[in-house]
Amino acid sequence: MLSYITRRLAIAIPTLLILVVFSYLIMYAAPGGPFDMERTLPPEVMANLNAKYGLDQPLIVQMWNYVYNVVVHFDFGPSFMYKDQTVNDIIAQGFPVTLTYGFWSFVVAVVVGMSLGITAAIYHNSWLDYLAVGISIGAQVLPNFVMAPILVLVFTLWLGWLPGGGWQGGQWEYIIMPVIALSTSFMASIARLTRSSMLEVLNANYIRTARAKGLPMRRVIFRHALKPALLPVVSYLGPAFVAMITGSVVVDMYFSTGGIGVFFVNSALNRDYSVIMGITILTGALTILFNLAVDIIYAWIDPKIRY
Amino acid sequence: MILSRKTAKDLETAQIGAEIEGRSLWADARIRFFRNRAAVGGMVILILVGLFAAFGQYIAPWSNEEVDWAVLGNVDTMGRPSIASGHYFGTDELGRDLFARTIQGTQISLMVGLIGALIAVFVGTIYGATAGYYGGRVDNVMMRIVDVLLAIPYMFVLILLLVVFGRSVLMLFVGIGLISWLDMARIARGQTLSIKNKEFVEAAHAIGVRPGTIIRRHIVPNLLGVVIVYATLLVPSMIIYESFISFLGLGVQEPATSWGALISEGAKQMQYGTLWMLLFPLFFFVITLFAFFFVGDGLRDALDPKDR
Repeated sequence: MLSYITRRLAIAIPTLLILVVFSYLIMYAAPGGPFDMERTLPPEVMANLNAKYGLDQPLIVQMWNYVYNVVVHFDFGPSFMYKDQTVNDIIAQGFPVTLTYGFWSFVVAVVVGMSLGITAAIYHNSWLDYLAVGISIGAQVLPNFVMAPILVLVFTLWLGWLPGGGWQGGQWEYIIMPVIALSTSFMASIARLTRSSMLEVLNANYIRTARAKGLPMRRVIFRHALKPALLPVVSYLGPAFVAMITGSVVVDMYFSTGGIGVFFVNSALNRDYSVIMGITILTGALTILFNLAVDIIYAWIDPKIRY
Repeated sequence: MILSRKTAKDLETAQIGAEIEGRSLWADARIRFFRNRAAVGGMVILILVGLFAAFGQYIAPWSNEEVDWAVLGNVDTMGRPSIASGHYFGTDELGRDLFARTIQGTQISLMVGLIGALIAVFVGTIYGATAGYYGGRVDNVMMRIVDVLLAIPYMFVLILLLVVFGRSVLMLFVGIGLISWLDMARIARGQTLSIKNKEFVEAAHAIGVRPGTIIRRHIVPNLLGVVIVYATLLVPSMIIYESFISFLGLGVQEPATSWGALISEGAKQMQYGTLWMLLFPLFFFVITLFAFFFVGDGLRDALDPKDR
């Protein structure tokens, strides 16, 4: 087990470094610097600015400094756009918000998705099954950027139940719509996955054996069927996490929740490279860590995996 | 197995008649596909959407760039969908005809989806087949690269690329092409591993066919079934990626448009009661995705009967 984790780490760390170097190179290759404004600055001012942000040094030195600061001090440097804020400030401001609704979306997607899938599999070919399958097929074509306007249309404009945006320190009525918008399509995928693997497991011989020796259905499902049936679902959690982080950009833009996505898109539109890079690297690191955790959990619950 | 009376009769007449016509595996698959009602329905919808994208501009009374000055300023009353004014889907907030804009958006969205899937088919299949066929260290290195690329949050990198090299449709294609082939490569590799030990590959190897030719002539054609199924399922996800980026305003730029951009515009205008701006593009987006998923599922059932 330990050697497996070590081996996985040996892949994860270079991946992260490649991501950092790659995004730095793209940023360096970008035409136009962060201080190219409509009014050209005097050359002395330009030189001073470049010196202050260390942009006058050779590429390799700049890159080393950047990587060193990120890895050792966890410092992503200053923002080029908001002069009084560092990238760390921006992340500290937006990240807790993203994390809050991201966490709840994840919980909702997993709990609802699995329950739907399991119910559908147990009551295979009944109206419950068709209902669950119908919901999950419908939800599949409703990605977050489609769900968000529909939700606002129904719950804010027509029914007037929920506020159309804002965060207000995370009160529940501000969290509901972002969570629904973000979790719908993953809930659908998880439900489909759970259903098909649960069906497969329920037809296996050892389940019939368990039933034949007189165990009640509930016990068979929860003790014998659930664990092997959830394996494919566990391996889907990694990609789901990535997509959820990505989806948070839409949620932040549309519901003005003030999460990290707003800063990402605004700095993308304003060419504020240090913020874009900081957020890209942070999400990359989170993704890689999460995938690692999922792989370890998978290896732990699946006895068939050799590591 | 008990034959029904009709089948038995059919068999009799078939044997009395001329030679039984042989059916290839593809013909079998076609029959299975056309028996699947959802898949056929999906295909009909796709054909209709395709026709709409290809020929819609010839029946649109307004062009996509023309501004209807009579409407501008009070779009919420004058810009409603109506047959009389020629704006079948209404107008957008600038008084441009939404019917023509939707056609334009459909063209771009479909193109992004198809090109992304095509790149995935070409690059992914060849990459995966090569890795799988050679095996050993080559396979290890090639698949590690795929693993590393898959672990990167591509959407952020894609946005980074779009920002740095300018937001254009071409860059969008490049960016989407860069990521779309990864899963395909994995699938193709897995299939190759099971094919490469079959006798016909061994035979080809024995008579001295070069590896490149074996991959091209013997492996890739046998991958096609799986590749086609996955490509059909890839098109909608490419469309979703593109729409996602365009929704954020980082993808296709004005005056060009796509479903994502149209949905985004419609969503911004929603509170003024001009719902048609949201609902028409949304309708096309949703039915097309539905259709692709159904066709993909149908193809999977048709080409891979053991999976049912």
